[in-house]
Amino acid sequence: MSWDLVFILLVDGLANGAVYLLAGIGLVLIFSVTRVVFVPFGDVVAFAALTLAAFEAGRLPPTIGLVALLAVLATGAEAWRLWRAGQPEGILRAILGWGLLPLTPCALAYLAAGSDRPAAVQIAAAILLVLPITPLIARLTLQPIADASVLVLLMVSLVLHFLLSGLGLLFFGAEGTRTRPLTGLAWNIAEGYSVSGQIIMMVVAALLLSLLFYLAFEYTLTGKALRATAVNRRGARLVGIRPAHTALLVYSCASLLAGMIGVLVAPVTTMYYDSGFVIGLKSFIAAIIGAMVSYPLTAAGALVVGVSESFASYWSGALKDAIVFGLLIPVLMLRSAMAQQVEEEVDEIDP
Amino acid sequence: MSALLEIEDLHVAYGRVEALRGVSLSLRAGQIVSVIGANGAGKTTLLAAAMGLLPARGTLRYAGADLRKLDTEARVERGMCLVPETRELFGELTVADNLLLGAYTAHLGRNALARRLRSVFERFPALAERSRQRAATLSGGERQMLALGRALMSAPRLLLLDEPSLGLAPLIVRDILTIVRGLRDEGVSILLIEQNARAALQCSDHGYVLETGEMVLSGESAALACDPRVQATYLGGAADE
Amino acid sequence: MSRRFNHTLVAGSVLAIALLPAALGDFGVALANDVGISVLVVLGLVLLTGVGGATSFGQAAFVGIAAYASAWLTTVHGASPWLGLLFATTVTGGAALAIGMLTLRLGGHYLPLSTIAWGLAIAMLFGNIEALGRHTGLANIPALQLGPWSLLDARAIYYLIWTIVGLAFLFCHNLLGSRAGRAIRSLRGGSTLLASVGADAYRVRLSLFVTAALLAAVAGWLYAHKNRYISPSPFGLRASIEYLLMAICGGVGHLAGALLGPGLLLALKNLLQDALPMLSKSGERLETLAFGVVFIALLQRARGGAMGFVGRHLGRQATLTPAKPTTVSPLPRRRLPPPGAEVLRVQGVVKRFGGLVAVDGVSFSVAAGEIVGLIGPNGAGKSTLFNLLTGTLPLSAGAVSFCGRDIGGLSARTIASLGMARSFQHVKLRPNMSLIDNVALGAHLRSGCGMLRGGLRLDRREERQIAAEALRQLERIGLAERAFELAGSLPLGTQRVLEVGRALAADPVLLVLDEPAAGLRKLEKRALAELLRRLREEGVTILIVEHDMDFVMKLVDRLVVMNFGAKLLEGTPAAVRADPRVQDAYLGSVA
Repeated sequence: MSWDLVFILLVDGLANGAVYLLAGIGLVLIFSVTRVVFVPFGDVVAFAALTLAAFEAGRLPPTIGLVALLAVLATGAEAWRLWRAGQPEGILRAILGWGLLPLTPCALAYLAAGSDRPAAVQIAAAILLVLPITPLIARLTLQPIADASVLVLLMVSLVLHFLLSGLGLLFFGAEGTRTRPLTGLAWNIAEGYSVSGQIIMMVVAALLLSLLFYLAFEYTLTGKALRATAVNRRGARLVGIRPAHTALLVYSCASLLAGMIGVLVAPVTTMYYDSGFVIGLKSFIAAIIGAMVSYPLTAAGALVVGVSESFASYWSGALKDAIVFGLLIPVLMLRSAMAQQVEEEVDEIDP
Repeated sequence: MSALLEIEDLHVAYGRVEALRGVSLSLRAGQIVSVIGANGAGKTTLLAAAMGLLPARGTLRYAGADLRKLDTEARVERGMCLVPETRELFGELTVADNLLLGAYTAHLGRNALARRLRSVFERFPALAERSRQRAATLSGGERQMLALGRALMSAPRLLLLDEPSLGLAPLIVRDILTIVRGLRDEGVSILLIEQNARAALQCSDHGYVLETGEMVLSGESAALACDPRVQATYLGGAADE
Repeated sequence: MSRRFNHTLVAGSVLAIALLPAALGDFGVALANDVGISVLVVLGLVLLTGVGGATSFGQAAFVGIAAYASAWLTTVHGASPWLGLLFATTVTGGAALAIGMLTLRLGGHYLPLSTIAWGLAIAMLFGNIEALGRHTGLANIPALQLGPWSLLDARAIYYLIWTIVGLAFLFCHNLLGSRAGRAIRSLRGGSTLLASVGADAYRVRLSLFVTAALLAAVAGWLYAHKNRYISPSPFGLRASIEYLLMAICGGVGHLAGALLGPGLLLALKNLLQDALPMLSKSGERLETLAFGVVFIALLQRARGGAMGFVGRHLGRQATLTPAKPTTVSPLPRRRLPPPGAEVLRVQGVVKRFGGLVAVDGVSFSVAAGEIVGLIGPNGAGKSTLFNLLTGTLPLSAGAVSFCGRDIGGLSARTIASLGMARSFQHVKLRPNMSLIDNVALGAHLRSGCGMLRGGLRLDRREERQIAAEALRQLERIGLAERAFELAGSLPLGTQRVLEVGRALAADPVLLVLDEPAAGLRKLEKRALAELLRRLREEGVTILIVEHDMDFVMKLVDRLVVMNFGAKLLEGTPAAVRADPRVQDAYLGSVA
């Protein structure tokens, strides 16, 4: 293996790693606060990419229909809950919050579609449009069982992935798309060693966003409330932090991250309605390296996964995914050996 | 004066097992009320039910409002604050952050928050020294102080204390109970759960005795301390020659 | 549910299954065959997930390994499908053993996550190995041949499939009622309890995992030779999740759920396949959606599944250990050390949790036939000390010897096997098991039948002995009349007494009891004290933590007083009572 090949593979791995880092942050964020291993994260990434592609093609993105459908369902569910709890006075607020608020980006997207808008507007519209998807889905499927065991939540989350990819097929169709590169520039380090601007953008975006998240966590009361919920849910409730609120917040943040990832990867990978799953799973390995709670370790994990993937694909393109998933088992064993045995957790479905 | 906290005929069950059977209790504003009883009598369950952490049957009223319509967080917003036996601190966060989060529902401005933080640090100087340390590194006594300090950050009307003396040296127990009495004098009402019956009865106005899920005795604390049944079972009757 | 009703139900089901092909069309029989194959996989999942509490998202991969193994052997090497069965089960069992050994020690949610990983990776391998036909798969797999009969026809293989299903059911039913089954049913809720009765949770889980994989293997073998063509797609993550869905749909805690779930789900699937294309052109897409919605609704609303529903209306499952007071030879007993001999010696024991010193250099010893009380205020470190003695927690420093043997570094399981039995401060019972089953668990080390003998019902003699012993201990603690009630229905105080019964079933040298009298009423306390005194007369040594001074002072020979993790003093009840230090520490002094 020559040095320039190693260099190419490393740069490739770095770009992969940047994506897994962002997705890993999203997964850790959701898991630490809600205990949900959010498998469908990748699907939202794919939706964002496909939405942007639709904008670029001058079509109205089908995402509008998807978000509208989810908003109607979530509003209905919330109204029904309030009605049964004997609080009909809250229904108006529910309609505003769960219905109209998510529909706003739909309206914006409607305006942004069609004519030739600048790329920045399309990108912003795509990210905004995807933003309500995760919170809405979580409200419909995960919130009603927020207190269930990690395992039940994991099962729902897995099924959710299949549900979402079903919805993806229904709304976006089976054909794959690739969007225009965000930049055509490249950086020549030396003869034969160059890095494309797209990859630099991905890495820089990953670094900036992680820094932003770090600052928000360390220095704002809301960020501290999120960390507190992650460390001790009961303690958080006792100081008046509502789990449903923090959950809504992290699902929204994760959705935002997913949207950005979608926009970043769409120009370098052909995205199909179900391409997100593998992205999700690999970032998930990164997150597990971080024990689903540590951000710095997740970053290291993302790098490891990204680089091993790019080298594995060089050795065997067909088996690269199997190799990367196989990586999870030693990682899990290491994690489990390091973790203090939490004795007596009753972590099953109750028959 | 009407009661601040009124519990009537409270039943709590874990699965098929009833942990509390028809418990009633009343606490007037400005009082310290203690509940004493052996391990497993249902004391912690009583507090958890009062805080809405466990589903319960019966009447629960606080400051005239029906508590059953309020979830735990809404009870916190209205000035109820539980310091549980397990402390429930945020171990990975610093002492200062733990305290700041205590005022989460108060929605204070930067200055008001800093003032409140200072007043807690004045009350617990040990915490001020360790404000940048992670809560998990504190000793048992400091943890109890932090739990109490975090509760005070919310400026509670009613403080529910679960075994504040647990695992603490007599000297620290004395300090903490002195603070508890000081809080009462500042107008905070307190429901005190204790296994250390003597300490509890000495610092409270009114007392209840909980036995296997039922209230078996109640009365003025001073009178209760002289009751032969209480003496025999809880004040170490075997040691009283 | 009465036994007779049960028998009628079983006989009715068998008859119905035998006559079903006559009533069904070809399509119905084919569906019934698919149901039967799924039942085998789901049966394994019910055992593993529902009863054993370990969730697998990779069961379809085991089906695949077996299917590919047999298909490869019979197509590439032209071997008989029956040899294929042997090969398929061996390969699958070996794979399960290897995967299980690698992953079953994983704690918490890491285990189910790892099943996703290997489930995915194995399915990917099928599609990428040349010898297995890559994504096209393997075709022309020979049909089964039973003597002169070919089982090519769906109606012919129906009987083979359902006979295997019936036998597998019987095996699993027997297994759950056996000694190994009690251990399996105790897996959920943590391994501390199992270790305290001397069972190894990891090994129990491993054998359960392999059993479930073997059931999946038989299903895979049947699948390959029934369809006569295989490709990677039915062995992926999605298929695994569908099996899990079937299990949950039927009721993951009940064996019968394994029968109901696949039936309900495959019928629903066929219905959808027929109905949805009429609604929309993209019918197949809608099918995925419908499935997802059904699964999530199920997990949100009815985690008990169909059997949960049936169970609520028909009453609970009967307990699985029917004890007949027949005359059986009692289980062998241990020789107790002579009175006065040193049973336990604790020397300078220390336990640190991070910066916190919970137990700080405690030393004392206990002689055979003595009752020694350990007292001290809450948080003094008594329960931690107990966990150190019984091996539940590792020592930070110091030494413990039991019957002359150093047990400082030994596991809780080994210490239990030496004759130390305990009860817990936070009761560790299995609330969904009957009293007698809970107590029988204590006798785990006094018996030896494994899963195979249990499943084949070759353990009857030993089971009768265990049942008689458990009943005897229940009589001793005064709970014999409630032997078949569920432990969860007892008041908390009585649950503590039941733990004493479980400890007694182990025939212990030393009984270590953590607050056995908490939550008991006066009369019950008196009865417990009476029992403990009787045990002392029989030569059992007892170490007890108790808060009720009255109870403990009248009972014990000697007291050890702890405060802040250290030993304050040691002496007779009278001496301890008179000591001012105890008054100060224990009763607190508030000026």
